Amino acid sequence: MSESVRAVFALAAKDLRLEFRGKAGLLSAVMFAALVLIIFNFSRDPTTISNIDLAPSVLWVTFAFGAVVTLNRAFHLEQENAAFDGLRLAPVSRGAVYFGKLLANLVFVGLVEAVTLPLFILFFDVDLSGSLPGILAITALATIGFVGVGTVFSAMVVRTRFAELMLPVLLLPFMVPPLIGATQATTRLLAGRPLSEVWGWLRLLAVYDIVFVTLSALTFWAVVDE
Amino acid sequence: MPSPEPLLAARGLGRRFGPSTVLRSVDLDIAAGQVLLVLGENGSGKTTLLRLLAGLLRPTTGSVLLHGQPVRSTDAEFRRHLGLLSHKSHMYDDLTLRENLVFAARMHGLPNPGEAAAAAIRSADLDQRGDSRLGSLSRGMLQRAAIARAFIHRPGILLLDEPFTALDAPSADRVRRWIQERVRDGCGIALVTHQPAEVWELTTDVGVLAAGRWAILEPRPAALESFLPRYREAIRV
Amino acid sequence: MTAGIRGRGAIRGGLAVTAIALLLLAGVYVMALKYTPVEIRQGLAQKIFYLHAPAAWSALLAFGLVGLISVLYLWLQDPRLDLFAASSVEVGLAFCLVMLTTGPIWAKPIWGTWWTWDPRLTLTLLLFFIFLGYLALRSALNDRSERARFSAVIGIMGLLLVPFIHISVYLFRTMHPMPILMKPSKPSLPPEMLKTLLFSFGVATLLYIGFVMVRYGLAIRQYDREEAQDES
Repeated sequence: MSESVRAVFALAAKDLRLEFRGKAGLLSAVMFAALVLIIFNFSRDPTTISNIDLAPSVLWVTFAFGAVVTLNRAFHLEQENAAFDGLRLAPVSRGAVYFGKLLANLVFVGLVEAVTLPLFILFFDVDLSGSLPGILAITALATIGFVGVGTVFSAMVVRTRFAELMLPVLLLPFMVPPLIGATQATTRLLAGRPLSEVWGWLRLLAVYDIVFVTLSALTFWAVVDE
Repeated sequence: MPSPEPLLAARGLGRRFGPSTVLRSVDLDIAAGQVLLVLGENGSGKTTLLRLLAGLLRPTTGSVLLHGQPVRSTDAEFRRHLGLLSHKSHMYDDLTLRENLVFAARMHGLPNPGEAAAAAIRSADLDQRGDSRLGSLSRGMLQRAAIARAFIHRPGILLLDEPFTALDAPSADRVRRWIQERVRDGCGIALVTHQPAEVWELTTDVGVLAAGRWAILEPRPAALESFLPRYREAIRV
Repeated sequence: MTAGIRGRGAIRGGLAVTAIALLLLAGVYVMALKYTPVEIRQGLAQKIFYLHAPAAWSALLAFGLVGLISVLYLWLQDPRLDLFAASSVEVGLAFCLVMLTTGPIWAKPIWGTWWTWDPRLTLTLLLFFIFLGYLALRSALNDRSERARFSAVIGIMGLLLVPFIHISVYLFRTMHPMPILMKPSKPSLPPEMLKTLLFSFGVATLLYIGFVMVRYGLAIRQYDREEAQDES
């Protein structure tokens, strides 16, 4: 294992340890996602719109909001005691720092999604028995895409006074392509269509991931080097 | 200068923050065994100079040279040879001291992070507090911990920004002894302080920054008393 | 390079170009109303295209240049490139606004609805928001170099996002056809229409150049004034 790869894992492991020790942050993000699900259920007319018609949109809007809330915290913990300077003094490339933070963010957002998904099945009475592998693949691909971009943006917004507001304003337009793809593919899978029918969407999501994660890693120095 | 080949050098180093220029065209050389004392008023550019030397800031003009080679900000390797003690500890309050040090050792690619952390805790004389939350340490302990973290990778070049802040007399003595040992090991040191009396005997050179330029840069005179009037004159610029 | 002189040249030149472009714009209106035939199916509403299409062109030109200039900025780190990119964003947003207001005005009588999620309209709307965010981020940052670096990263990402938005919105729509009264067909344009359209594109490009020169000149002047303040 090369030294950079080890640094990536060390950084991600440090973030996980800190976040699980704090708990409050991650717990709030999970609760937020659960509450969004509940609100969605009541923001429709139950006599005209059935749960299942709304389900894919609900799932993806919840995932998106949950991700934004989680990403907002990503660089806050590097602010105390100028810990981020400590990372910048380490003999690893800026790209390695980006991948370390990305990995930790993927775990956090993945956890929020992992709690949201069963609640979604419960609240919206969806049958995922046949489509679960497909849904998981879509979720992974879409999440990598917007967390990839979101990691760079959250490193930027911590430098501003209203970071919590600035992140969604910058990030949501970039979430549109992965959200369109994920929602469309989820709709088809929930309707019982085979995975082959959403192959095109999966490919689009994968290309988005490759393009934006690469670009983020290449430009991360411009965000962190003062 | 004691050695013809400096470990660390700066040529025409300058830095602006937005429209304001904090450092203008600073040259310096630090060779093995050399200790450069950097003095100056608040805002004279001392901290900026150290951050530029450490690679935390990119210079607006000029360059930093490591073993005669210009340092590029995209090059991560050069940071292996440098350690910076800044005003902040660069550690996380919610991790224990040991966890913080193991993390720092891992980020520096040290072969045995656990051992390196244990050695650093011993050298900081914090054996009792190794597994306490960092946030629970007193200021003096925190400063010793920060020194341990900054130099856990045993760099050849030490950049020290106010190392004696918050230290009581015995701790300050220990830091002085530690600096002497590093000098004997052949390290090159740049040291910023407001209290020159604490380290005068340790240093080999003295520089005074005023408005981002060297007002004085020379081998350290024997007696601080003879230097002080010139220092006061220099910072009045 | 003394303060003021750099900016003044660009502002004067920009004002001259803008004046010429505005005169020519009047020419576009005259041509659109007197010279081109009335489109049979759309009637007079089609005339708005001579405003809508060139505005869209200039907005895309502006944002496209922002992306390319941003790459250059990260490479050369010349503050002038950053000032140019920021100027281009502001001018691009103005053209974007023209496009986004004229679009619905045309769509209501023709498509029967103020707004449709047409790929091009959606793309423009999202670009509008991305670059509003770009300006919001700039105003929230105090350090000049930080502002420039962050802006450049967003500029490059925005440029690369364009094809993804276009493809995904296009695929989205082909699966959910929207109710429209009339499909936008692509008939061969009568020569008068084509000429007027091409002329209007040229005028819009000229307007973009004029606006951006003035804005860039002002930005340079502001920059130099801050420098001078520091020196004193």
